Amino acid sequence: MTSVLSSVTGGSAAMADWAVPLAAGATESSGGSTGEQVVFWVMAPLAVLGALGLVLSRKVVHGALSLAVTMISLAVFYLVLEAPFLGVVQVVVYTGAIMMLFLFVIMLVGVDASDSRVETIRGQRAAAVLAVLGVVVLLTAVTGRATLPDPAGMEQAAPDGNVPAIADLIFGTYVWAFEVIAALLITAAVGAMALTHREQIFARPTQREQAERRFREGRPEDAAGLPVPGVYARHNAVDTPALLPDGTPSEASISRVLVARGAARSVDEFSLSGPAGTDAPDETSGDDAEAGDDASEAGDDTAKGGRG
Amino acid sequence: MSPTPYLVLSVILFTIGGAGVLLRRNALVAFMSVELMLNAANLAFVAFARMHGNLDGQIVAFFVMVVAAAEVVVGLAIIVTIFRTRRSASVDDASLLKL
Repeated sequence: MTSVLSSVTGGSAAMADWAVPLAAGATESSGGSTGEQVVFWVMAPLAVLGALGLVLSRKVVHGALSLAVTMISLAVFYLVLEAPFLGVVQVVVYTGAIMMLFLFVIMLVGVDASDSRVETIRGQRAAAVLAVLGVVVLLTAVTGRATLPDPAGMEQAAPDGNVPAIADLIFGTYVWAFEVIAALLITAAVGAMALTHREQIFARPTQREQAERRFREGRPEDAAGLPVPGVYARHNAVDTPALLPDGTPSEASISRVLVARGAARSVDEFSLSGPAGTDAPDETSGDDAEAGDDASEAGDDTAKGGRG
Repeated sequence: MSPTPYLVLSVILFTIGGAGVLLRRNALVAFMSVELMLNAANLAFVAFARMHGNLDGQIVAFFVMVVAAAEVVVGLAIIVTIFRTRRSASVDDASLLKL
């Protein structure tokens, strides 16, 4: 990164970047210019690495997390640039809300969803890389060669501090933009709800109807719902079958998806050897039948989905 | 410290985001790259606001953040809806203008 910078801005400018800060820091009124340089040169590579991680990582989750790194380093830049309000908003809104929303959707859509390697347009990838390199060289050359004045600082614009000055502007000059943006946010929230809402076409079967259907299908032993998976308090228990009153594991108590994936465990792993062992699992499954009414509902739903 | 390094960093982040939009086929990654481009523009706004000693740039950056939040909400809802019907999060699969 520094090599790109120095090669584009020319040798003298790069020298000035590195060698002059001590002298410049003495003359600048705000002071702390050396500290700012240090913060910049520590956080800027981090930000660029995070951005590259987003583009280059195979897994979407890794990309989202590296983008979060970039967001946090941008928040540090805002703090350094005398915009503490924006720095806090960046952390709260971007890193806290937006990136976590992205992570939720990634979990929903599927972590394994990977890119296809097929080029739909021939040569699109090479052309994109070429265009990006051209844009980066052009823009860096322009911004690097421009002679910009030293920052004027925020003392005059915000004498009472950053937040009161921003409040004055938002609720004074920009109050209409603020109101319009509020309407936009409400509209976006309603739009998201309308988009993701699913209409219930058929009435949901009640417990009574489900029980009647099971009797009609000739399996009265399931009339009260399928048995819940066993709870052994040693691991995630949905992968362990429940024990029937006679001590045999019930195949119907675990999801068929787990069996197909080979993730289901056998009860023998957890049974204690000897006569004392036969009592303990029965006790736990009895507790479970009382405590887990909701779980039996959920397990019933998944089992139903599995059976189609 | 002159705003030039911040601007160069902003340019670099913006072009990396553009590369992500152009190169990646996953809708979520392309969307996050758009977010990265918005953030890069915000960095330039804040750097210029400090250079001019004027708070208007920070206000604009704030508004950009709010609009980006609204955009993310709607965009993710669209991605979820498309995924529900097509079982895919690739931008190539959503080639018809219907769900």
